[in-house]
Amino acid sequence: MRYTRFLALLLLPALVMTARVSDGGEEPRAIAITAKRFEFVPSTITLKKGETVKLVVTSEDVTHGLFLRPLKIDTDLVPGETQQITVTPQSAGTFTAICHHFCGAGHGNMKLTVVVE
Amino acid sequence: MKDPVDRRTFMKIAGTSIGVGALFHVAPLLGASSGGRRIAALLGKKNGEAPTPFSFVQLSDTHVGFSGPPNPLGTQAFERAVDIINGLRERPDLVLFTGDLTHDSENPGEHADRMRLFQKIASRLKVPLIKSVPGEHDAGLDGGKLFRDAFGETHYSFDHRGVHFIALDNVSLSRPNVGPEQIAWLKKDLARFPTTAPIVVFTHRPLFDLRPDWEWFTGDGDEVMNALAPYENVTVLYGHIHREHTHTEGHATHIAARSLIFAFPDPEAGVPKKPIPFDAQKPFQNLGLRVIEEPGAGAGSSPRIEEVELTLREYAGTVGIQQLLKEGASL
Repeated sequence: MRYTRFLALLLLPALVMTARVSDGGEEPRAIAITAKRFEFVPSTITLKKGETVKLVVTSEDVTHGLFLRPLKIDTDLVPGETQQITVTPQSAGTFTAICHHFCGAGHGNMKLTVVVE
Repeated sequence: MKDPVDRRTFMKIAGTSIGVGALFHVAPLLGASSGGRRIAALLGKKNGEAPTPFSFVQLSDTHVGFSGPPNPLGTQAFERAVDIINGLRERPDLVLFTGDLTHDSENPGEHADRMRLFQKIASRLKVPLIKSVPGEHDAGLDGGKLFRDAFGETHYSFDHRGVHFIALDNVSLSRPNVGPEQIAWLKKDLARFPTTAPIVVFTHRPLFDLRPDWEWFTGDGDEVMNALAPYENVTVLYGHIHREHTHTEGHATHIAARSLIFAFPDPEAGVPKKPIPFDAQKPFQNLGLRVIEEPGAGAGSSPRIEEVELTLREYAGTVGIQQLLKEGASL
């Protein structure tokens, strides 16, 4: 009996998580972004207000950063690692995300335009 | 007997105006009258050392080694600034460089050469003391190793004629942060001073959110300013933004210096962050020291540059000068 309860407690979070995904119907839309000196590819992404999306971000060469205060994005991008950032923009507009790890002479031009419709 | 140093006298001596410019006069009237000398003595009693009038200059963003269309003249603006300072009637005690002394290079040997060229030009300054902090172009690629080899520590403090100067490094970590270790050092450094001590912080990036999407911020700048918040005479001098800017928050006034290589546009103007194009007719426009009077032809004449009074603040509330005056009644 005690063992069964323990097992149930152990499995509960997994069941809840599964339920959440099932309730939502679909996984959030994923957008792949690559950082490399001195650009983000693509250089512009378009999101929808209220829509949850997953940004899948990697670095191709050195450590970069991705910083966009209005969407609370503040992450390091280490080569060989993948960062998954889930965002749900609450207001429309055009925002500029930047690399905030100094990465060389063209660092200041390394920007990602985020359009929220 | 009424204490001769009343609030009005203090206001007259301390002044309240602080602007943007290059030649900072610290408490210029403190030595000029008996009331001023009494104020200085009171502050000395309280702070450990009495402030005495002196001046210093802030220079920034010389980017030695940069070459490109925004400034095809290389180090000329920097060299001109050195000449102007050497020609001033009142020789400053100190020149502070607030970062980006050099432009970065992928080749460490070339970058070291740029640091040596910076030192060669700066060594022509006829001032007793030169202090500097790194910018991200000096220290961002190697965590400050080359800078430390050439200039020493990237954060430190020193006292000069009653003013406590604090050099903060907000560029050597991979992110634009000061970092917990340096903030702990700062708190310890400040702890020996009373809240009335005049403090000048010099650093590269703004310690407040000026324009985060232009990378004009310091990630943990709030923590730095919280550590400084109890202190009532704080001036923060910084560079990085290549233009003049003054911002007051709490007890602190933040002042940005112009660059000596190229200027950035007004962040409020709705234009992209791109260097203002070079104008061959006015090659030093928007750069470095603001000369308001060129030297005349006569012997012994000297240029005049914009002057700023870096003053002691008018205190409000129950602390500060009012308290000092009460305590100093028996002076």
